[in-house]
Amino acid sequence: MTTIVALEVVEIGDRRRGAVRRLRDTGVVGVVCATVLLVAVLAAIIGPSVTPDDPNLPNLSLTYVGPSGGNLLGYDYQGRDVFSRLLAGAPSSMLGPLSVVALSVVAGVLLALVSAWRRGAVDAVISSGLDILFAFPAILLAVLATAVFGAGLTAASLALAVAYTPYVARVLRGAALRERSRPYVAALEVQGASATSICLRHLLPNLGALIVAQATILFGYAMVDLAAISFLGLGVQPPAANWGVMIEENQAGIVQGYPLPALCAGSAIVLVVIAVNLLGERLFEQA
Amino acid sequence: MRRRFFLRRLVMLLASLLIASFVIFGALFLAPGNPLAALSGGRSLPPSSLQALQARYHLDKPFFEQYWYWLSNVAHGDLGLSITLRENVTTLIASRIWTTAGLVLYASIIIVVIGIGLGILSGLRRGMLDTSVLVVTAISAAIPAFVAAIVLILLFAVKLGWFPALGNGSDVVSNIRHTTLPAVALAISSLAIVARVTRAAVRAESGRDHVQTAVSRGIPRRALVRRHVLRNAAIPIATITGITIASLIAVSAVVETAFSLNGLGAYLVQAAESKDIAVVQGISLVLVAAFVVVNLLVDVAYALLDPRVTLGTRAQ
Repeated sequence: MTTIVALEVVEIGDRRRGAVRRLRDTGVVGVVCATVLLVAVLAAIIGPSVTPDDPNLPNLSLTYVGPSGGNLLGYDYQGRDVFSRLLAGAPSSMLGPLSVVALSVVAGVLLALVSAWRRGAVDAVISSGLDILFAFPAILLAVLATAVFGAGLTAASLALAVAYTPYVARVLRGAALRERSRPYVAALEVQGASATSICLRHLLPNLGALIVAQATILFGYAMVDLAAISFLGLGVQPPAANWGVMIEENQAGIVQGYPLPALCAGSAIVLVVIAVNLLGERLFEQA
Repeated sequence: MRRRFFLRRLVMLLASLLIASFVIFGALFLAPGNPLAALSGGRSLPPSSLQALQARYHLDKPFFEQYWYWLSNVAHGDLGLSITLRENVTTLIASRIWTTAGLVLYASIIIVVIGIGLGILSGLRRGMLDTSVLVVTAISAAIPAFVAAIVLILLFAVKLGWFPALGNGSDVVSNIRHTTLPAVALAISSLAIVARVTRAAVRAESGRDHVQTAVSRGIPRRALVRRHVLRNAAIPIATITGITIASLIAVSAVVETAFSLNGLGAYLVQAAESKDIAVVQGISLVLVAAFVVVNLLVDVAYALLDPRVTLGTRAQ
């Protein structure tokens, strides 16, 4: 028994690699993606306090005026500085999806661990509950939530978190079941370790890589869906800046031949989602 | 064995629909606002007629009784009255459902033809084509439908003038022209995902031992690809195609809004904004039903393609 446990410990140690090493293993693409994300995160944290112009001050004489001199990306339909609005919109565009991912990952991991640990009836109940949740497409649930609780980022984010939970739980349940049936878990049980301690100190760290990979992929989906809700006018409310809102409010400029503000906001979303997708793909391969 | 599998799936479908209808109806209860406002049109009514109306529409009954009343009406095709348009929700949905169905169908065809086609091509041939498919799909998988919409409008409606930018058509031909850009916008990211999964599946199957054996036996490449590679790769391809097509049903709301199409999704968004609860309930129910049915069809197709599923030897 001791030899088995010792072997498992070595394996656990090997699988718990540092974040830096894990990133290096993702290659050049991984490093580029991480850099893009770092810039986006930085914009979300300090963006609103370093805007060169007031992001909410309209100046109709500058409506749809292009970039010039000190101005990087031109002005939007109300003559507001597009670059400033991109920075000011970064927090809601980035933190919204982050909270969706955090909520659904915590809920999904909990359900998966309980399901895999208890098996039997508990597993059956949780699994069929999740199957029923699958019947609600994420965007539909978010629209429904805003119809009931009023338009806003909170209702939409909560609804998306609920809609994503079964996806997290289904993948992790499978992995947790495999992990649960490994000999080291039985060894720990025989030694008298409590279920909570085995789950939190052994199962969870061993599922860590998979959880991180899934959270990364999910962030991209959450970003697209939340921006879509704001684009539909049911999420972040104008005049507050948000990348989804910026596309919606500058849509008229496309037909009028001045697409830059909408394209800037669209590119911001696409860049972050590409980075997240590629990084997530590489993390999945390692997990 | 197989019959039990299909029966189980059918029961799950009905249970999902029933619970979904409960959640959707429960939303009406949580939502602020008085359902009688739809009938009184905002006028204040004398208490006696208020009571009469409440009794007539079972609004004085407990929650579950009201739910049952609503559900039996739904089963008879009656989805209630729209507050804003003062019209039957069933009629309002019926006049818009074909726009959405046509859009989703059009996008599905694009996904199947181009997505699976590209995936198979790049899966079978290594080199330039494969690399460019990988790069293009990595980018287009990250393009949200509404971003695709503005780029398509800019390129093909404003700059080139090939397609109309907004609105529905008046006859079949102009309808197809009006739906082309929306369908592409709806398909673009799913197409990329389907192409990538198809490519991976074809690659994985080509590397299997039985394919190598077939190669060494000198089976012609055409037959090899058709009988040994594609037949096995069909299982993951059918699954991912089905799942992504099902997901289009909800995303159609975004595309319809971006292109001002008069479909169910765009109407759902308008109704959510104006708190027209009966409409929100009705459309949500239709969309969830469509989503669940498509998912069931995927499961059935999966089971038909892979007998191991119904035999229960494959856990996932």
